[in-house]
Parts: sequence; C-alpha cells; structure tokens
Amino acid sequence: MEYFLELFLGGLTRGSIYALIALGYTMVYGIIQLINFAHGEIYMIGAFVALIVAGVCTIYGLSGVSILILAGIIAVIYACAYGYTLEKVAYRPLRGSPRLSPLISAIGMSIFLQNYVLLAQTSDFLPFPRLIPDFAFMEPVAHIIGSPELVILITTMVTMILLTLLIKKTKVGKAMRATQQDMNMARLVGVNVDRIISLTFVIGSALAAIGGVLVASYIGQVNFYIGFLAGVKAFTAAVLGGIGSIPGAVLGGLILGWAESFAAGYISSDYEDVFTFGLLVLILTLRPAGILGKVRKQKV
Amino acid sequence: MLQNLKKSILVSLWFVFLTFPLMVVRVNTMDQVVIWRWMNLVWVAVGSFVLSYLWRYMLARQQVRKKVADEGGEIRSKTQLLLEDMSFRYKAMGFILLAALVFPLVFDTYQSTIMISALIYVVLGLGLNITVGLAGLLDLGYVAFFGVGAYSYALLNHHFDLGFWISLPIGGILGCLFGVILGFPILRLRGDYLAIVTLGFGMIFKVVMENWGGLSFGPSGIANIDKPSFFGMDLNLADSTIYIYYIMIAMVIFTILVTMRLRNSRIGRAWIAMREDEVACVAMGIDIAKTKLSAYALGAFWAGMVGVLFASKTTFINPASFTFMESAIILSIVVLGGMGSILGVILGAFLLILLPEYMRAFSEYRMLAFGAAMVLMMIFRPQGIISNLRQTYEYKGSKEKKHNV
Repeated sequence: MEYFLELFLGGLTRGSIYALIALGYTMVYGIIQLINFAHGEIYMIGAFVALIVAGVCTIYGLSGVSILILAGIIAVIYACAYGYTLEKVAYRPLRGSPRLSPLISAIGMSIFLQNYVLLAQTSDFLPFPRLIPDFAFMEPVAHIIGSPELVILITTMVTMILLTLLIKKTKVGKAMRATQQDMNMARLVGVNVDRIISLTFVIGSALAAIGGVLVASYIGQVNFYIGFLAGVKAFTAAVLGGIGSIPGAVLGGLILGWAESFAAGYISSDYEDVFTFGLLVLILTLRPAGILGKVRKQKV
Repeated sequence: MLQNLKKSILVSLWFVFLTFPLMVVRVNTMDQVVIWRWMNLVWVAVGSFVLSYLWRYMLARQQVRKKVADEGGEIRSKTQLLLEDMSFRYKAMGFILLAALVFPLVFDTYQSTIMISALIYVVLGLGLNITVGLAGLLDLGYVAFFGVGAYSYALLNHHFDLGFWISLPIGGILGCLFGVILGFPILRLRGDYLAIVTLGFGMIFKVVMENWGGLSFGPSGIANIDKPSFFGMDLNLADSTIYIYYIMIAMVIFTILVTMRLRNSRIGRAWIAMREDEVACVAMGIDIAKTKLSAYALGAFWAGMVGVLFASKTTFINPASFTFMESAIILSIVVLGGMGSILGVILGAFLLILLPEYMRAFSEYRMLAFGAAMVLMMIFRPQGIISNLRQTYEYKGSKEKKHNV
C-alpha cells in the first residue's frame, strides 16, 4: 500500500509538471492551431538560465531560498523573452501559409535552440544545486513524499489557479478566449489579435520555465537535450486531454504522470517512453479529439 | 532610413539582452568560478544588427513577389527556364551520369565513402519525399524504417547467414510492412497529430532496440555484418567500397525512375490531390485510406532498402544511428531541396551531407545551421531550392489567334 502511495504521489508530481508544460502547448494550439515544437526548448532554456543565475549567486555568496526565488524569477523573465521572440521571428511571418510550413519552422527552431545552448554552454550534464530545503515538518512522511515534491505540487497548483483566474476573470483572458473562438471576429470587435497571440506565447513560456526550474532542482541536473523529451511528453499530455482545452491539459498531464509512474513501478522502467507513446497512439486511434476535446466536424 | 537604423539598433539590443546569460556567463561549479565571455556579446550585437537589415530587405522582396504572383504574373527564374529546356536536360543528365560513373576511379576510397553516404541520403530523401512532398503527410519518425531495414539485414545475416542480395528486397518489404503498421492507427488523424505520432513511433523503435537485448543485442549493436558479395569473390576494402558505390548509384537511378513514374501515375496524382485538399479529394472519389497507406508504405520501402545497404556498408549497427536527429536531417533535405521536387531533393541531400563533410571546421555548427535554414526556408522560400514544377498543358496556338482577332 505504501509503495502504491509512493508511486501515486510520484505520478502526481510528474504529472503536474507535464500539465504545466502542456498548458503552453494547448494555449498556443487553441489560438493558432500550431504545434509549437520549440516549447520544450523554452523549458530547457528556463532551466539553464536558472542554473546560471543560481551558480553565480552561490559563488557570490547568496544562499538558500533567496536563490531559488531569484533564479526562478529571472528564468521566467528570460523564458518569456525567448517565447516572444520565437513567435515574432519564426511564426508570425508564416501566418496564413499552408499548415505544414509553421510546423516545419517550429521543428527548425527547436533544433536551432538546442544547438544554440549546446554551443553557447556545454553538451555535458550540469549539476543543478539543490535549492529546495528539506522541511522539518515533512520528516514523518519523507519516505513517501519528499519536500521537493511538496513544493512542486503547491507551486503548480497555485500557478494553475492563477492561470484559470487570468483566463476566466480578466479582460485579457476574455480577449484570449475570443481569439480562440474566432480570430477574425475578435479582430472585428477590436481585439488586438497580434498582441494576444504574443501574450499567449509569453504566458506559455512562463509556465514552461516554472516547470523547468522545478524539475531541474528536483532531478538535480540539466542538459541541452532535456527539453525535447519533456516537450514531446507534455504534448502527448495535451493531446491526451484534448488539445486546445485547458482543463484537458491538466487532466492529460496527470493521467500521463500516473501511467508512467505505475508502469515504471510495476512493470519495467526501461520501457517508460514506450508506454507514453503507446498510450498516445491508443488514445488518438480511439478518440482523436482527446478526452475532454470537442469533436469538431470539418465543414467546407 | 533613420527609422530603420533605430529599429535595427533596438533589435540588436534586444538580442544582446536575450543571449546574455547563455552566451556570456559560464559557471564552473567545480572550481567555483564564473567565466565572463564578453566578446560573444559584441558578436551577437553586430550580427543581429546586420541580420535585421537583411531580414527587412528579404521580407520586402517577398512582398513584391507575392504581389506579382497575386496579379497573375509568373516569375520564372533562369534556372527554371533552363530546366525546362529538354535538350539541355538530356545533356546535363548524361554528363552527371558519366561523372558519377568515373568518380570512384578518379578519387580515393575516402572520397567514395563520403559519396556513398551522400547517396544513401539521396535515396532516403527521395523516399521521404513521397510521404512528405507528394502526399503531404509529415513523418518525423522516418529513420525508424531505415532502422528496420538495417536491423533486418543485420539479424538475417547474423542468424541465418543470408546474403545482401536476398536481404535487400526483404528489408524493403519489411520497411513497407512497418509503414502500413504505422499507417493504420493514424489514418483518421490530421496533419499535426500525424507528426507527433510518427515522432513517437521513431522513438519507440529506438527504445525497443536499446532495451530488447534478446532481439537486437541492445546498445552494443551488431558487428561483423557481411559486405555485399560479388559473385562469391572476396573483395578488399577499396574494391568493395567501389562496388558498394556502384550499387548505390544503381539504386539512386532506380529510385529516381520509380518515383518519377509514381508521381505521374494515378496514385501519385491521388497523393498530390490529397495534399492539396483532403475533403475535395474524397469528394472526387479517391479512397483516402488506401492513398495514405500507400504513401507510407512506398515511402518506407526505400528507407528499408537503403537501410540494408547501410548495414552492409558500415558492417556494424547500433540504435545510436537511428535517432530523431537523423529523421530531422532527412526532413530538412526534403524541405530545403523543395518538397515534391526530385531534382531539388537530390541537390538538397548533396548540399546537406557534403558541405559539413568538407567543412570540418564548422561541423559543430551543422545542426545549428540546419535548424536556422529550415526556419528561413519556410519564411523566404517555402518551395525549396528547386520548386516542384506542376505539369501544365499549354495550348500553343492561342497567341496567334489573339493576333488575328
């Protein structure tokens, strides 16, 4: 039972990170119907920037939680800047071209950013400092859930609540929903669509960076390649839940996290990725729109 | 003018800000030192300043072209006109064939080996061109079919001592089979989902090959695969390289002929129709399921076949040869060369494989350049280096008639 609980909570932690990254995919897809392949790279860049900031801070004598917060904030700022630039350079000139073009451009951008970090920094795995301290009150349950997991769960939950509030309650959120429903109509009623699209990228990137920093400090190492697999898995989560749907992305992330955790715990950890993609193929075959996605009839 | 300058300076400053932590700071946690590389910042500033001017110029040019195209005008470059000239075409083809045939006799084994790998990519590119270029189905796991071919020969050779020539069609057919297996679950999917499932398929292949030691010997791979036999003779390294080179040339010619015939066949036209508009295609009475499956199967066939040749050329394979990066390289060959265009894909393969090979000093930057090129190509020249010419029929008499009226 305890083993089950451990796997359950491990899956929950993992899944909430997937959900965080999947939100970026789903929001972008909802608005411009593009798989932003470079989203995983933004996540990686967020983690890398946090590592650099944390490294510099440690050497210049800061310590503890202040580093975590500082590194997190700077990572989010940079991820937002990269997300904004990415959209402006690689996707905006391609608006209105055949659907394959932006997709290929996205793949190109993903390869470019990976190799940019590889060349600018290093190809080795870099150790990421343990920024999350072990809390004393977590002592009795530490064998089931550690402090980093707790921090991850709380952070992702707070972030998701804030995101929901932003989309449901604010004027910007309303404009985003309008753009998602009908871009031309939104433009007619005075929504600055270009700005909304940029904003979507920025928010998605911020979420990815938060995920990146959390995962990096949890796992303890960073490499230029981490974004690719994380991106693919998060995309799987988004598709699983129904791409374009925000609750769907969260649900998909959690299901994927549990599926991986239990499969690794009870069957074999070698084939973890196979389970992920097997699940994806299965879902897409049975229900291409995803669990919470709406089945849209194509009209001509 | 002044506005442009201001814009470029702003862009340059923005990129300096953007690249600052990654390009300038390098933390060495072992020795507790921070290395500041300020020179990089200067390069970024100057580079982005110049590039922003170029970017604007190219965008403006693009606009003009679009306008001309919208007004019904047609811009045909000199190369395109030259390509349409049949007598030039035959002469050029004859010359290239001759050059290809004498190549291994003039140059040494090393050069031939490089040429062989370029030719392998030509066939891979042409195969993927069927799926991506003609049928419009993005396939990001293409290298898996290549791997299927390579592993099928390696295993057949290892366990049953089967020779190269028997394995060649087997590899192709197995690739075909896997194409169909992949095709079935994704028949109902639209473009973008397809991309991600094929990507997943490619990854599953690699993970399975790495972990299923009983079948594939795991990450250590399979060694001592036989080279192709030449009427039972034992060839030394130089001779067998030349032999493989000629097999490869024959294979490329075979591929070109088949894809050319395919493109103009009933099924080829169905592919193009499906690429342009799936709904209209169904309305015209084309069986989408059959068309999609055949696109996957026929695309995978070439990968499987050339996989067999790859295994026999290197005599050693392991899962590390079949990563996503390989798929990305093959895809960029097709995209850069020109989707759907046979000549373009061939040129693309030579450019992308030979250029990094001969410019070893810059080989680190290879993937960086590929990525950037994919983005830039999509923005400024989506049709690729050589655009695919649509077959059109012209009524020759129309001009004279106009004069009479």
